[in-house]
Amino acid sequence: MSAVIESHEQDHHHGPPKGITRWLYTTNHKDIGTLYLWLSFAMFLIGGAMALVIRAELFAPGMQIVEPEFYNQMLTLHGLIMVFGAVMPAFVGLANWQVPLQVGAPDMALPRMNNLSFWILPFAFIVLLSSLFMEGGAPNFGWTFYAPLSTTYAPPSVTFFIFSIHIMGASSIMGSINVIVTIMNMRAPGMTLMKMPLFVWSWLITAYLLIAVMPVLAGAVTMMLMDIHFGTSFFNAAGGGDPVLFQHIFWFFGHPEVYIMILPAFGITSHIIETFSRKQLFGYTSMVWAMTSIAILSFVVWAHHMFTVGMPLAAELFFMWATMLIAVPTGVKVFNWITTMFKGSISYETPMLFAIAFVVLFTIGGFSGLMLAITPADFQYHDTYFVVAHFHYVLVPGSIFAIMAGVYFWIPKWTGNMYDERLGRLHFWLSFISVNITFFPQHWVGLAGMPRRYPDYALQFADWNMVSTVGAFMFGASQILFLFIVLKTLMGGKKATAEVWESSRGLEWTLESPPPYHTFTTPPKVN
Amino acid sequence: MSYQKYYVPESSRYPIFAAIALFLLVTGAASTINDLGKPDSNSVYILYSGFAVFAITLFFWFRTVTKEHLVGLDSAQLKKSFVFGMAWFIFSEVMFFAAFFGALFYVRNFAVPWLGGEGEKGLANILWEGFEASWPVMSTPDLGSAFSLPEKNMSWPGWGHAMEWLPLWNTVVLLSSSVTVHFAHLALKNNNKRVFNIWLGITVGLALTFVGLQVAEYYEAYAHYGLTLNSGIYGSTFFMLTGFHGFHVMMGGFMLSVMLCRSVFYNHFDPHDHFGFEAASWYWHFVDVVWVMLFLFVYIL
Repeated sequence: MSAVIESHEQDHHHGPPKGITRWLYTTNHKDIGTLYLWLSFAMFLIGGAMALVIRAELFAPGMQIVEPEFYNQMLTLHGLIMVFGAVMPAFVGLANWQVPLQVGAPDMALPRMNNLSFWILPFAFIVLLSSLFMEGGAPNFGWTFYAPLSTTYAPPSVTFFIFSIHIMGASSIMGSINVIVTIMNMRAPGMTLMKMPLFVWSWLITAYLLIAVMPVLAGAVTMMLMDIHFGTSFFNAAGGGDPVLFQHIFWFFGHPEVYIMILPAFGITSHIIETFSRKQLFGYTSMVWAMTSIAILSFVVWAHHMFTVGMPLAAELFFMWATMLIAVPTGVKVFNWITTMFKGSISYETPMLFAIAFVVLFTIGGFSGLMLAITPADFQYHDTYFVVAHFHYVLVPGSIFAIMAGVYFWIPKWTGNMYDERLGRLHFWLSFISVNITFFPQHWVGLAGMPRRYPDYALQFADWNMVSTVGAFMFGASQILFLFIVLKTLMGGKKATAEVWESSRGLEWTLESPPPYHTFTTPPKVN
Repeated sequence: MSYQKYYVPESSRYPIFAAIALFLLVTGAASTINDLGKPDSNSVYILYSGFAVFAITLFFWFRTVTKEHLVGLDSAQLKKSFVFGMAWFIFSEVMFFAAFFGALFYVRNFAVPWLGGEGEKGLANILWEGFEASWPVMSTPDLGSAFSLPEKNMSWPGWGHAMEWLPLWNTVVLLSSSVTVHFAHLALKNNNKRVFNIWLGITVGLALTFVGLQVAEYYEAYAHYGLTLNSGIYGSTFFMLTGFHGFHVMMGGFMLSVMLCRSVFYNHFDPHDHFGFEAASWYWHFVDVVWVMLFLFVYIL
């Protein structure tokens, strides 16, 4: 979108307070955004370390480093930490920083609640991670915590897991209410819905999905709690319930959840591609409609995660066709990104490199998703490494690349300093190569029949697992470089201009870099 | 265009205290539940302390927001944020109940018939041959000692016994409370504070009556019907759906009584400015609608 700014004034009087209480008591969307991003990075490293434990064990067949019980705990916590601790908070952090700047609001609509949404999270993860030190160990039933593994056969720490999920959900719901209210109520005069930047649009839809499905997850873990401790039979067939019911409720949450982790990435990518192609984004309106359609469809495709569980034929067919339908709006988006680049004068700064890699590699993840959507084919692929490869392609070079692209794109605005372009490109190429070394071979071992979630495997899978582990350690090491680049940018560097990029569009680029502590206390006018 | 400054508080201590309170609440709740049956466990005090810190924090937090409003710090735009915020909060509550209604729908239409040998996945009957599907499920598929089978259920007892059927009276009480809270709202709009207080007081009284009747119903179920959380899927869905609803009635009733106290003791609210009351009454109407759904799907059908 192109917004022409007529006038705005800023409030230069208030700087941030000093000391630790600045961060504990803050109501400032920029501070809270920063907190979210740092929490997310810390969780990314913790979850990443767990992934490396997994990959190290899988380096060669046979058991060599960890006990199978501990492997299961690592597998479970890796998934939970990455989903709820790394990807989601990173997007909320970006939303906190950018949504008020992009819609011309003085802050988030409910600033105190915004602080609460953040500060719940460190406590929630303390509760979750403390389960590692409890009797019986941490949750060991996989991040999808299917009953009865998570009920009848769960370690005692499952109770702590349940309550940590409850407060993470409370945090997400409050955060999403804040985002929606900010977007609906705080837009600068003249910024109609169809003039909103796409990152704002993507977050409006994401927040709606979050408010719709986080309570359902709360319901699922509550039923688990009651089944485990108070004798109910929700997931117990002996009492007339059904373990499959758990899967239905979980995936009714879980499928919208995976779009929660990708829609904001769509928004970020759209901004970056139009900026570095020096063209207006192709098909703005269709982008909005595509995201809306994806969100609506996400509510009616959940059982494609459960094709092999034994559903009636009509359900298998319905969920197959509904799932394949999602390829249409997603295809529209990929088409629009490519068409935006077509005949553009493209330059390849780090954010653009990450964004282009996002488009290519996310599309690969989308295609393997399409393969998995075909019910009879899924009977073959189900619970193999092909699935692991699929969702890591959409989450790592998908969501996480988009988050990194967003950080490189906006960090000059946040800090006032340019990041080191040479190091940024090095970080990109290391990540890009190693992510493919890690996950591409998993397609092959998966198609050859290697099941997921086991600490050991048959000999014929040895070579590609070794390659995959080497890639994973390279990828892990590359992220230390990312930390170094961010810290270096915080310390100093070439000063950034207000526009930062040659062809940047949108309200945030009208502010100086770094922006004053309070921005848009008087709303700007948008034509 | 006219423009009012949007109020952004400089900083606030309340959220971090609320977060600490939630931390104490969940660790306290989890360790209390894990320690059930251990008489020497002190975990419950963590739970109590979390509850106390949470209650105190929320009290001061809401008091501050009310005070800010009374001195005119906020604007029409901020009020709109509260309106949107409350509406989306209620939507999240709707989705929470949707999970439990969805579970009820699934077990009634799929899980139980399949276990009884009916339908496309009726093969499940080989697990417990002889189990016959019916709703309410009065006999669990597995007849082992894990379950206490109920003698009676809470469903519609037929016209002959309608008058002594508690859920009917619960429905009457709750539906009329939605009407009385609306009368209170009308009185407030007509600037008749005395009538407002009376109708609001009646509403709070009806809320208490409902909770009392619900307690009586639970007592009846446990003491005379043998219907408990242990009674298989019917008891599970019955107590969880009505239980969460009852909990929400208590929260809604508490909100309304806070509004009553603000009106009676502090003379808050005027005909054009009473969103605190309106939010509580929306919540009350929401709780009422959930009851109508419960009455239909848990009791009648």
